[in-house]
Parts: sequence; structure tokens; C-alpha cells
Amino acid sequence: MSKTVIMGVIGADVHAVGNRILEYAFSEAGFKVINLGVMVAQEEYIKAAIEADADAILVSSLYGHGELDCQGFKEKCIEAGLGDLPLYIGGNLVVGKQDFEDVKQKFIDLGFDRVYPPGTLPATSIEDLKKDLEA
Amino acid sequence: MKCALLADFGSTYTKLTAVDLMKEDILATSKAFTTIEDVNIGLGNALDHLETQIGKKEYDLKLACSSAAGGLRMVTVGLVKELTAKASEMAALNAGAKVLKVFSYELTDDNMAEMKDLRPEIILLSGGIDGGNKEVIIQNARKIASSDLEAITIVAGNKVATDIIRKIFDEAGKDYVVTENVMPDYNKLNIEPARSKIREVFLNRIIFAKGLGKIKDTMNDIVMPTPSAVLKAISILSHGTLKEKGLGELLAIDVGGATTDVYSIAEQKPFEGNTVMKGLPEPEDKRTVEGDLGLKYSLDSLYEALNMTQKSKIDLEAFKTYLEKVLEDPSILPDDDAQLLEHQLTFGAIEEAVNRHVGELSIQYTIHGSVRCQQGKDLTTIRTIVGTGGPMINSKVPTELFEAVLYNDAAGQRLKPKEAKFYLDHKYILAAMGLLATYYPEKAIRIMKKELKKV
Repeated sequence: MSKTVIMGVIGADVHAVGNRILEYAFSEAGFKVINLGVMVAQEEYIKAAIEADADAILVSSLYGHGELDCQGFKEKCIEAGLGDLPLYIGGNLVVGKQDFEDVKQKFIDLGFDRVYPPGTLPATSIEDLKKDLEA
Repeated sequence: MKCALLADFGSTYTKLTAVDLMKEDILATSKAFTTIEDVNIGLGNALDHLETQIGKKEYDLKLACSSAAGGLRMVTVGLVKELTAKASEMAALNAGAKVLKVFSYELTDDNMAEMKDLRPEIILLSGGIDGGNKEVIIQNARKIASSDLEAITIVAGNKVATDIIRKIFDEAGKDYVVTENVMPDYNKLNIEPARSKIREVFLNRIIFAKGLGKIKDTMNDIVMPTPSAVLKAISILSHGTLKEKGLGELLAIDVGGATTDVYSIAEQKPFEGNTVMKGLPEPEDKRTVEGDLGLKYSLDSLYEALNMTQKSKIDLEAFKTYLEKVLEDPSILPDDDAQLLEHQLTFGAIEEAVNRHVGELSIQYTIHGSVRCQQGKDLTTIRTIVGTGGPMINSKVPTELFEAVLYNDAAGQRLKPKEAKFYLDHKYILAAMGLLATYYPEKAIRIMKKELKKV
């Protein structure tokens, strides 16, 4: 059976285009995609994941406030019984030019399993997700 | 002369409407107290009243709707409160049910005990989108199947779980039916199959269980619960048919003794092009019921629900006296002293019920500037409002009551109609027209256009 992923752009972020491209790429790769669109609150990802019995949550953030928007996300997943669900994030996660390794560590500390820098192709995360879901 | 007799068995009154089908005229209306031990007695009394006005007639069509004996009592069960639980509630409300409680997530023993106390006739069991979560709905099915509840369960959840659920109910020897998922895909509503299944169960089983089957000798059939008939009337008045034009998008309010119901017939559209839509999509024909906003049985909770402005206008001492009187005898009509009070309370009930029904706009400030987020339906462009129910029909100043429906600054970003024409159902015919519409939709529309009084 195909795997279900929940995706959307978190916070007050209205960047819609990349999100559509991701939806297309993941659907093409055989995933059932539930796309929550833009300006998605943490709770919306979690509620959709419960109802859909999702296999992963993929968060996008393009406007540099990702860190603020993602505080407490993992904790809420754990509360909702989704602690084991893979949690990915990608995009322009912070403002300005910062060393990506530092940024990555920040988001890993926030509970994300995979963190992608700007310019990552969908194929990379698709491959990672397939690997993670097999394990 | 071809005539139709349309009956509404209400919790308090049995109301009759006689219609001349050729002239498309209301011949007469009448009412008598509903006699629940044998509804035929009340029906007979109402018929006598009718005959004193228009004499004995042969009726070619005799249809009835009922909200007697507590209406159609339902509970709904879903998974996530804002998703499948909400969708199942919408399906039940659109079927004209009285929704006693909406349960979400796994049913606990306490939930089951509560459900037993509520004595539902139908349980609508949903949960999970198709292919989504099935553990919760299966566990809830087990709980219901192993309980001693007598209700019939309508299963409208994750289709992948239905095989197992069938087995659970079959083994327990419990009454159930299966229909399509109320939310087959994330945030996609599909409430029509559940709605029509509820109606089917109501017609085939509930009516007889309530002893309403006896009226079969006098009337042809009870075809639907009363709120469902009202929704049907409002819906057809709005949409029209191929041969008879409707009035377009509209909003209707029904102020009653126990509840205030709001109906809107309008597609859900964004307020403006760049508005971000949030929350569950809403059906074009939407009904909401406010159980705490009634002018008799729920008068005390109505007072509590009023906003500060409304409350400050009300003389608390006078209210307490009135409340005592009403609770003692709900059939009393407000005397001269109480009329202003009832007017204020009705206004408050309508305002609050409409506030809860319509969508809401919120402005989010982002680094790209402000963004509009909308939850629910934008009804600002609705131009037709229909009012019914005793407190509105009997009001000396109905226009003032209608004002409570309209947008005002105090309501903030609530998307209420900005300006509209008001129509009063002064002969109390909406439910009857919903019944008539099942056979003669064009006649029902034309009669409503004629009989709803512009105020």
C-alpha cells in the first residue's frame, strides 16, 4: 500500500509555489500526499496525520522564521501519539547566511529527523524518506 | 379541486396546512396540542379546527413530518474533533437530527455510560479518511457492539475498516448499516450518503418505534424529520428548479422554544481573492442548531450566552420573574410587561446563533504584509433572509429582529450579510412546503414566493 505523507508550509509563510512542486514530486514518486497548503499551524499537521494514519510529516519553511514556528512541534507530536513519525523540514530555514551545519543541528535539537538546505531537489528527500520508511 | 394536507407533528403542537394544488393557495392552517400517547388524537383535533375554517375536504396528498417525542435523537462519533467528528455532526444536522453529543477519539467507558444516558436512536460512527486510521473506528465499533445500547449504528468511516466492523456487529447481533465515508479524503466532505441513510433509517424503523406509525391510517406517510423538511423548503426556494427560478443564496433562522436553528444555502467561497481558507470545508446547504439558545426550555442558558451589550439592556429582576413563569408553564405567551424582554432575548438569540453559523475572518500579520484567513462561510453577500418560529412570527416589530442577522462592527470579522431583504414565514408554512416539494417542487416554490411576507 502506498505511504501517506502530510505536507505544508508552516507558520505565517505564504510561499505557495515550492509546495506545489513538492506535492507533484512526491505524488509522482508513489506517495499519497495530503497537502495542507500555506500558513499551516503545527496542530493542523498533527490532526491531519492522525486522521490519515500518515507515515511522515514534511514541513516547508521559506521565509526565515522556521525556527520560531517549529518550537514545540515534536513535543506536540509525542503528546498526540505520533512520536515515532518521521518529521522532515526543508527550505530557507533561517534569516541571512548562516552555516548550514549549525542550522541543521538546531532543527535536529528541535526533534526533526532530516533537515534540508535551500536548493535541495525533491529527489533527495524522496530517496531519504523511502529509506527511512523501510527501516 | 386537488388538495394536499400537510402535517407537522411538533413537540408541542401538531400543525396542519391545507393547500389548493391547482390555485397554489394556502387554504387554511390550524394547530392543536400534540398527543404523544396517541398522535391521532391531536391530529384529529387539528383537523377539526381546519374543517371549521374550510369544511370537509378530500385530500389527494397527505404528508407529514415529525419532531415529536424528542425529534430524531442522534449521537455522532468521529476520530479528530475538528475533522471526521465535525463531518459526522454536519451529516446528522443536515438530516434534521437532534445531535445530542459529538464524541471524538477512542470511546471510553465513561463516554459509553454517557451515551446510554442520552438514549440515542441512531449512532453515526465515523473515523479515518479512506485508507487512513482504522484502529480507532474499529475499537469504537467494538465498544458500541458490546454495549446494551438499542440504537442503530450507521457506519460512515474509513472504508478499509468496514469489513472488520461488519463482522463485529454481525457477531454481536447488533443493528447497523454501512454507507460511504463522511470524509473519504482529507478535508473532503461527503455527507450526502450518510444523510440519506439516516433518513432511510428514520423512515423505516424509528417512526414505528416511536408509535408514530399509527398515523398511517390518516396520513400517507411521515416522510422526514421536521428540520429536514424546513431545510428542504429553504434549499428549493434558494436553488429553484428548471421550470421555476429560485431566490438565490439565502439565510434562514428558526427561533424555537428549545433551540435556534440557522440555515444557509450558499456555496463556500473566499471573502476575497487572496484569502487563505482554513478548517473543514462547509456544505452548500448548511444547518446549525444552537441548543442553548431557545426562548422557553433553554431560556436560562440563552441569557448566559448573551454578550455584554445585550445583557446590559435586560432588566435582570424582570428576567428572573419571567424565567420562573416560563419554566412553570412553557405554553404561556409573554404578557405586555414581558414583551420587551422577549424581544430583547429573541434578538440576542438570533444574533448569537447567526454569529456561530457564519464564517470568520482573521487578519494575520506576516513579513509579506497582512494576510486574510477565513474559516467557514462568507455570507456577506447574501441578500435574502427568511425568518420563522413563534417568537419571530408573533413579534410586533419583526424587522428589528431581522437586524440581528446583519453585519455589525461589534461582531468584528464575522462574515454576516451586509444588507438584505427580510421575509417572514407568517403563516408558519416552511415545513409544509418542504413536504410538498417532495412531490411538487415548483408549486412549493411559487407558494413560498407568494406567502413569505416581505417586512
